[in-house]
Amino acid sequence: MVIHALNEVAERLGLYIGQPLANARAMCPDLKVFDADVVADAKTLSDIADWCDRFTPLVALDAPHGLFLDITGCAHLFGGEAALLQTLVRALARQGFAVSAAIAGTSVCARTLTRQATGSIVADGGEAAAIDRFPVSALGADEAITTGLRRAGLKTIGDVASRSASEITARFGARFSTLLAHALGQGDAPISPRKPLPDYIVEKRFAEPIATDTMIAMTLSRLADTLIAAMEKQGKGARRLEAAFFRTDGVVRAIMVETGRPVTRSAVVDRLFRERLDALADPLDPGFGFDMVRLSASRTEIVVQEQRDLDAHVHDSDELAALIDRIAARIGGKRVVVHLPQNTHIPEQAVLAASAQHHLTAAMQAEWPARAESEPPLRPLRLFDQPEPVTVPFATVPDGPPHQFTWRRAKHAVVRVEGPERIAMEWWRQDGKQLTRDYFRIEDAEGLRFWIFRDGLYEGEVFDADGKPASPNWYVHGLFA
Amino acid sequence: MSGARMSALAILRSQIERIETAEVVHRHDRIALGHSEADAALKGGLARAAIHEVFCEGRQGAAATGFVTGLAGRVTAQRPLLWVRQDFSEMETGALSMSGLAEFGLDPRRVVMVRAADVESALRTSADALACDALGAVVLELWGETRQFDLVASRKLTLAAQSSGVTGLLLRMAAQPMPSTAETRWMLRAAHSPPGPMWSVWGAPRFDAELLRNRHGPCGRWIMEWKCDECQFSEPSAYSQPVAAAPAHRPDPAVLQQRRAG
Repeated sequence: MVIHALNEVAERLGLYIGQPLANARAMCPDLKVFDADVVADAKTLSDIADWCDRFTPLVALDAPHGLFLDITGCAHLFGGEAALLQTLVRALARQGFAVSAAIAGTSVCARTLTRQATGSIVADGGEAAAIDRFPVSALGADEAITTGLRRAGLKTIGDVASRSASEITARFGARFSTLLAHALGQGDAPISPRKPLPDYIVEKRFAEPIATDTMIAMTLSRLADTLIAAMEKQGKGARRLEAAFFRTDGVVRAIMVETGRPVTRSAVVDRLFRERLDALADPLDPGFGFDMVRLSASRTEIVVQEQRDLDAHVHDSDELAALIDRIAARIGGKRVVVHLPQNTHIPEQAVLAASAQHHLTAAMQAEWPARAESEPPLRPLRLFDQPEPVTVPFATVPDGPPHQFTWRRAKHAVVRVEGPERIAMEWWRQDGKQLTRDYFRIEDAEGLRFWIFRDGLYEGEVFDADGKPASPNWYVHGLFA
Repeated sequence: MSGARMSALAILRSQIERIETAEVVHRHDRIALGHSEADAALKGGLARAAIHEVFCEGRQGAAATGFVTGLAGRVTAQRPLLWVRQDFSEMETGALSMSGLAEFGLDPRRVVMVRAADVESALRTSADALACDALGAVVLELWGETRQFDLVASRKLTLAAQSSGVTGLLLRMAAQPMPSTAETRWMLRAAHSPPGPMWSVWGAPRFDAELLRNRHGPCGRWIMEWKCDECQFSEPSAYSQPVAAAPAHRPDPAVLQQRRAG
């Protein structure tokens, strides 16, 4: 067992990460030890990142212990860079975290700064001077490179920087020289934010946290007004909206609604969120209240204005799309589906259920195979996802229909039969495991109608362990009206 | 009972009648089913802007589905159909198949399916959908007895249907008829295929439909045949060859009891 992480006091006693626990205990007998939980650490880091969303929408993880916040254009909202840094560090320290934070022109430089001193702010162009005296380990390069640098007598970053770039590249690789250049403020590595930047963001902060449902609803509808007004100026409508609720104790809850058509009216946004909040399985828990609510449109589309009043059809399809959005907001987008025909003979794959929000127009224009005129229905009205096995005692004709069968513990005597309709599997897709099916349409003594099939040709496809032909299984696949 | 009390009752009844009918804006909007006797009993056809309930036993689920699909096909008239079903009913009687629906004579392009997890969300969704006048009909498919679908819920659906003019069809599989605000209530069983020559063994869908309750007319029981091509019901097509009466035509003692319910 080795030490995975330690606090400041332990560090001062001379313990270090990677040290065997027995040695550490020998140095400090009353050491308090906890099991390392990497998953929980990652979870906490991502929770903190959620919380940091309040400062900027661009938050990136720098695992295992760091976060990058791109605060370009955000600092003035918090009274300047120093005030922002102070607010952030204080809030996190209040929660019991040891924080080391810094602001610099490049992410690598800021990270290097946090390794040595907290709270420093480096102006553009001052990077090289700021990290000049720091040890090379602060760069966060591989252990081998750090050791190599030290062995070469390059103790501080300034020493390394004083060497020519080609020398460093030749000795330690291009990656390290790029890292060094970034740290010195020459160019920057892009951070990869956790969430894509939403197209539009509006937010409301509260000096006094809000907790009541009415206040939350009112805030949301005001925000919706502002958001829609902002989008309207650019002729946009929202397809995906996200409301984020920032609790005073740092917990962030995000709620998303999607729409099938771009939304251009704030009343619709309001209604969708009301439906969604109303139907949440685990309701919004305000705790001690929310001190910030943010509404963002993460997917937007240019709205094409259609003539509304004269065309009743347009009105109807709008109404339908709005209804589908409302239902989807309430019970989930995957639960509202339309159907698209598929080019296959296999009954269970002939129809694809697709989300109604996204495929409504496609489904309305789909080409379905025409039915045979003056024929009774050839396909059952109800189809089982998984064909259900039935017991067939015997069939008089070996490859003929059964005379009776047992399904769900009830016996059915066959009165009328039509078939077989043979459906062969798609050999160009399957791995040869699927069997040919012979379907029969069957009516029993009560008038109930079944679609049953024999899985495999008689004495042709199904064999037992000895290689002799075995009797194929029978299944009910659907029920006719 | 004294005369005064009787008259008081009569006044109250007429008041209730007036309250109920006053809200019915689309009262005269009826769609003929195609079966003359049934249409006569329904005073011209199935009322739009109302709720109609179709009950069946568990194993008759497909027949009842067929009947409801037929009714929906009659009332929607080129408008979208919203089909709300509970997850559980799909396990019991299978999913509504769109290929089957197309074979039945309906247009699968106009069907939007809502897969509700439970009865509450199914009810809520259908009430919401019934208020949307862009729809032709809303089908609510429930399996088994449900505590949640009581008179209040039924009244909500009826009010929504009356205000928008959308027809609500309730498919209640494996449930006993209960008092509700439905305009009509049916009990469905499968009937045998129409008799025919030996080579045509498989016929058009046929239903043994019993009208258990009809707000504005008599009840009855008919064998109704669905014409997939014309998309309407009809009288059972006769075949000259005499055939033995099928057991489904015989009145069932259990059915006589059910007739009293509601």
